[in-house]
Amino acid sequence: MEDKHQWPLYEVFVRSRGGLDHKHAGSLHAADARMALEHARDLYTRRLEGVSIWVVRSTDITASDPADADSLFEPARDKVYRHPTFYDIPDEVKTL
Amino acid sequence: MYTQGLDVPSPEPPATLDGGLLEKRFLERVDAEEKIEPKDWMPERYRTTLIRQISQHAHSEIVGMLPEGNWITRAPTLLRKSILIAKVQDEGGHGAYLYSAAETLGVSRDHLVEQLLSGKAKYSSIFNYPTPTWADIGAIGWLVDGAAIMNQIPLCRCSYGPYARAMVRICREESFHQRQGYDLMLQLARGHTSQKRMAQEALDRWWWPALMMFGPPDSESTHSGDSQRWKIKRFSNDELRQKFVDFTVPQAKFLGLTVPDPLLRWNEAAGRHDFGPIDWSEFNRVLKGNGPCNTERLAARRSAHEEGAWVREAAMAYAEKQRVRNEKVAA
Repeated sequence: MEDKHQWPLYEVFVRSRGGLDHKHAGSLHAADARMALEHARDLYTRRLEGVSIWVVRSTDITASDPADADSLFEPARDKVYRHPTFYDIPDEVKTL
Repeated sequence: MYTQGLDVPSPEPPATLDGGLLEKRFLERVDAEEKIEPKDWMPERYRTTLIRQISQHAHSEIVGMLPEGNWITRAPTLLRKSILIAKVQDEGGHGAYLYSAAETLGVSRDHLVEQLLSGKAKYSSIFNYPTPTWADIGAIGWLVDGAAIMNQIPLCRCSYGPYARAMVRICREESFHQRQGYDLMLQLARGHTSQKRMAQEALDRWWWPALMMFGPPDSESTHSGDSQRWKIKRFSNDELRQKFVDFTVPQAKFLGLTVPDPLLRWNEAAGRHDFGPIDWSEFNRVLKGNGPCNTERLAARRSAHEEGAWVREAAMAYAEKQRVRNEKVAA
């Protein structure tokens, strides 16, 4: 599937500020991981959009299939008791 | 995710659903303003329309670097030079975001580049006009990027997720392009008479090509119907063109420059400007490859691609060597 002459595809994740998660920014082609980092710097952080970058080969990501979303996430659907709002606590009870 | 590796379209729809039902569900999702993502089912025509539009858009960004790159070494001050380099670098970046978005539809980068270089794919005909003076750099930022923004803002809400997200990023960066252009024009317009004349001549050159950037009139636009149904396109060519004229005419007035259209009038009753007829024969001539710079632009792209080939190959060979070496160390 992958053309030998074409640089492989990497997915880029950028942490915009300390304390935040890395977030998917986009993708790019690079010969290796180090080049992917440098290209990511030039492509996705030209205006100081980040303090840290992750790159990962796109083919190394395993993703769920949106077509299976119904069955994949079904187990969580009938478990409303996982949310604190499920429980009615009398008004007299404080700090709970 | 912008990953073509993950996003190979399934050749057959699931056996339980027929094509009609899938298309109905797809349209319901579009109507509900849900985003369509790469692995979602989509009509084949939606896919091909998007590949054509996104790749043409990417090619335009890449070719768009050329008329301005021409002036980097001749910018009048270090600040103007730095600004121009930053702008041209942005255009390259925009091309890269858009190629990535197109790749999620199952087409390879190499194939897209090949289509541009062979002349099979189109790019915005605006970039086939020359930039003979420094004022052209101002006029491009103000008018060409201004028209591009007008076209692109609605695309941020396009139904295809990767394209919409790329456009959000692009629009955020594009505003600087337009403002630096207007700032440049303002400086010339407030300068010596010869500088003001230079600004006027650039406006004369770029006004009509900028209006043509919105594409053929609605009565002749062949792709609009489906694109509007699929929420790829939100406004018609003529609507956007009118909006651009209404925004830009007062800006020209502030510069003390004259829009080169003797029929341009404010229409009080309609609340908009009326403007003269566009010479579509010129548009078609440029589109068909007979503009002032078509040959030069493609030749520049081809030679950049060919002269860079050894770099791409060497980087790949180096990466492969490192991989083999690391495997040996690990073993």
